[in-house]
Amino acid sequence: MYKILNKQDLGPSIKEFLISSPEIARKAQPGQFVVVIIDERGERIPLTIADYEREKGTITIVVQEAGKTTYQLGGLNSGDTLFDVIGPLGIPTHIENKGTIVCVGGGVGIAPIYPVARGFKEFGNKVISIIGARTKELVIWEDKIASVSDEVYITTDDGSYGRKGFVSDELQRLIKGKKEFALVFAVGPTLMMRAVSEVTRPYKLRTIVSLNPIMVDATGMCGACRVSVGGKTKFVCVDGPDFDGHQVDFDQLLSRQRIYLQEEKKALQSCDSANKHSRIK
Amino acid sequence: MKIAPKKVKMPRQKPKVRVTNFNEVALGYTKEQAQQEARRCLQCKKAPCIKACPVEIDIPSFIAKIAEKDYRGAIRKIKEANLLPAMCGRVCPQEGLCEKACILSKKYEPVAIGRLERFVADWEIQKGSPESSSLPSSTGKRVAIIGSGPGSLSCAGDLVRLGHSVTIFEALHKPGGVLVYGIPEFRLPKAIVGREVEYIRSLGVEVKTGYVIGNIYTLDELFSQGYDAIFIGIGAGLPKFMDIPGENLNGVYSANEFLTRTNLMKAYLFPQYDTPIKIGKRVAVIGGGNVAMDASRVALRLGAQKVFNIYRRSPQEMPARVEEVQNAKDEGVEFKFLTNPARILGNKEDWVTGIECIKMELGEPDESGRRRPIPIKGSEFIIGVDIVVMAIGAGANPLLPSATPDLKVNKWGYIVIDETSGKTSKESVWAGGDIVSGAATVISAMASGRRSARAIHQYLMKALQPRDFS
Ligand SMILES: Cc1cc2nc3c(=O)[nH]c(=O)nc-3n(C[C@H](O)[C@H](O)[C@H](O)COP(=O)(O)OP(=O)(O)OC[C@H]3O[C@@H](n4cnc5c(N)ncnc54)[C@H](O)[C@@H]3O)c2cc1C
Ligand SMILES: Cc1cc2nc3c(=O)[nH]c(=O)nc-3n(C[C@H](O)[C@H](O)[C@H](O)COP(=O)(O)OP(=O)(O)OC[C@H]3O[C@@H](n4cnc5c(N)ncnc54)[C@H](O)[C@@H]3O)c2cc1C
Ligand code: SF4
Ligand code: FES
Repeated sequence: MYKILNKQDLGPSIKEFLISSPEIARKAQPGQFVVVIIDERGERIPLTIADYEREKGTITIVVQEAGKTTYQLGGLNSGDTLFDVIGPLGIPTHIENKGTIVCVGGGVGIAPIYPVARGFKEFGNKVISIIGARTKELVIWEDKIASVSDEVYITTDDGSYGRKGFVSDELQRLIKGKKEFALVFAVGPTLMMRAVSEVTRPYKLRTIVSLNPIMVDATGMCGACRVSVGGKTKFVCVDGPDFDGHQVDFDQLLSRQRIYLQEEKKALQSCDSANKHSRIK
Repeated sequence: MKIAPKKVKMPRQKPKVRVTNFNEVALGYTKEQAQQEARRCLQCKKAPCIKACPVEIDIPSFIAKIAEKDYRGAIRKIKEANLLPAMCGRVCPQEGLCEKACILSKKYEPVAIGRLERFVADWEIQKGSPESSSLPSSTGKRVAIIGSGPGSLSCAGDLVRLGHSVTIFEALHKPGGVLVYGIPEFRLPKAIVGREVEYIRSLGVEVKTGYVIGNIYTLDELFSQGYDAIFIGIGAGLPKFMDIPGENLNGVYSANEFLTRTNLMKAYLFPQYDTPIKIGKRVAVIGGGNVAMDASRVALRLGAQKVFNIYRRSPQEMPARVEEVQNAKDEGVEFKFLTNPARILGNKEDWVTGIECIKMELGEPDESGRRRPIPIKGSEFIIGVDIVVMAIGAGANPLLPSATPDLKVNKWGYIVIDETSGKTSKESVWAGGDIVSGAATVISAMASGRRSARAIHQYLMKALQPRDFS
């Protein structure tokens, strides 16, 4: 059992949780994730370790409500417990001193770029962050990102905050502005990571994306998370989650993410009606 | 006394009924049936069955106790050698081990040793809490065991009974290894696995789930936390694919994923349990081993109308247990022998629509001694299916070895050991089970766990002896 020490609503349907997990906090590295199981009947869902404090023994996860499990998680509060938190999983992001790094975060993917941006900054890189979301309330962690970046650019799809447009448009603009970048690191919705990779491809600008396929065990045992990268099948949970964005078969990833759409709807409905039921009681 | 030529039959669910549920197929002997079967044993002086048992259970003695209705005595006898009898009685391939060696099998059917083992183990479970053996005083030595499959459980049980303090670290959220994530409920009820693990716990073994060793701790970090020795029993859990076109289409599963979703995550109870699984109308399972039989039978129970088992050799070469193949046939699985998948076909939305196969014929024997299947040119044909399950074997998961550079592995990634002790190339580290042998059996994993437990005990006791300063 893992205790939720603090919960914060960051915006509509985005929640931040501070979880007590000293052993994971001690080992966590930027780019790694945990598997969370809410209760005995729960699914194993992967969530990025968005922050960790080794001395305090805590990790932070930021969750976008997307379906049954994430809604249920969103309903938990400080003092509640999680059935299991397993990690740290995945290969840490490769961090070295390279020059200027652009960290691109879209939507709930803004949080996971924080530890990576911090890591690159600590290694003496210049860090430029581009963060964006659909609308103003969904732009999260602006201050935290700013605290580890030399420059921050913000976009929203509807123009309610920052520049109107996508994070990939902003990246295009910066590249055209003849800035020299050593590396682009992007986390967010799959379509956004694909767009970012397409922007950088003509410039042969190295681009690392953190993939988010459906997972089960997340220890390399099942192959649910497989995606073609450079024509070879990779297990994202153990070979990644970071991959060269120019090599990833994003179409395949997108369709594999849709395998359980029908079942996910059913799960959500049955949990909705269960909630209503308990409220009537 | 005249010996009955055949084993006493064990009651089982009828095929038509059992394909509609996940309950256990074989129902076990009654007391009367067990005694009747026990009386078939000749009580051989130099019993060949004992030698054929990888953990050398004193088979005639426990069978004699059953015949005397001393079930407590029978279970004690078994547990001297095997701490997990309810599981072994159910899943061991006895037909290739003790029952194959049984004297009776020269003329008749052998004694049903497995069914009798299961009977006494179940008797004890029904009696309530198992007898806890008295433990020797603590040696003060600590052993870490990585993985919680049968190899690890038997190693842990032996070490704790020798007075060492034992902690198991398991990556998944439930202990048991393949016994919980792989072998289906209808062959091995998870409540039984739970009981056997509880028993190991009751002896004093600490079981920590959700610990992926290599990530959360390296082996060296475990040593610096004060562990004196380590046993690695992480299994061969890496799923293999065929490397044919279409394998990443939606609807293609590895057997591990298909079985893990169903068994460990209980997807057959979705949506009461959260993890979903795709229920196919027509399912193709590729492979001829026990895993393929399990996957085929799971697919039927999930609600598939038609399940094809596709195997590239002929029935004689199938590695699956004869009994399991028969079970699958009785339940309606259609076998396509001498048939090999060439590619998986999909529609615009990337969903599986069929599997293209090619007919095979058998040529000269290969390295395995089995005749090599050769494709017949121009014999391609398509089977329409919406789910494909790849059950063509498993390999070594590199996660822990790659985090342990001084642990020697062979070219397939299996851990290299000294055959007599299970000792690895790394100081104070032993290994056993599938991560050493490649995919094998529950009982061989248990035997290797015992072997390492003996060696670890010797090593720890030597360290306890006063040093010689002369
Ligand atoms: C390495 C990794 C890191 C991630 N980090 C974060 C994070 O920091 N914050 C965050 O909000 N989300 C993150 N995700 C996505 C998150 O795991 C899914 O949103 C979550 O599993 C959805 O579950 P659900 O039951 O709420 O929704 P569902 O209704 O089940 O699914 C909604 C969508 O989420 C995806 N999904 C469903 N089940 C799984 C599963 N078992 N594993 C992965 N994806 C699944 C599917 O594409 C699905 O269409 C990450 C995913 C991966 C692989
Ligand atoms: C579907 C199926 C059916 C089978 N049917 C039979 C049968 O009928 N009869 C029979 O005798 N055999 C059968 N087998 C084979 C048998 O189950 C295995 O040979 C046996 O379980 C191997 O035991 P093991 O101790 O090596 O570990 P496993 O049972 O493989 O368990 C290994 C455990 O280690 C854990 N682990 C892995 N890596 C790490 C890590 N880094 N840190 C922590 N934990 C880790 C895994 O999560 C797993 O729980 C079957 C196998 C399968 C897959
Ligand atoms: S070989 Fe057969 S008959 Fe002889 S002791 Fe063993 S089980 Fe009994
Ligand atoms: S999630 Fe099972 S192998 Fe990656």
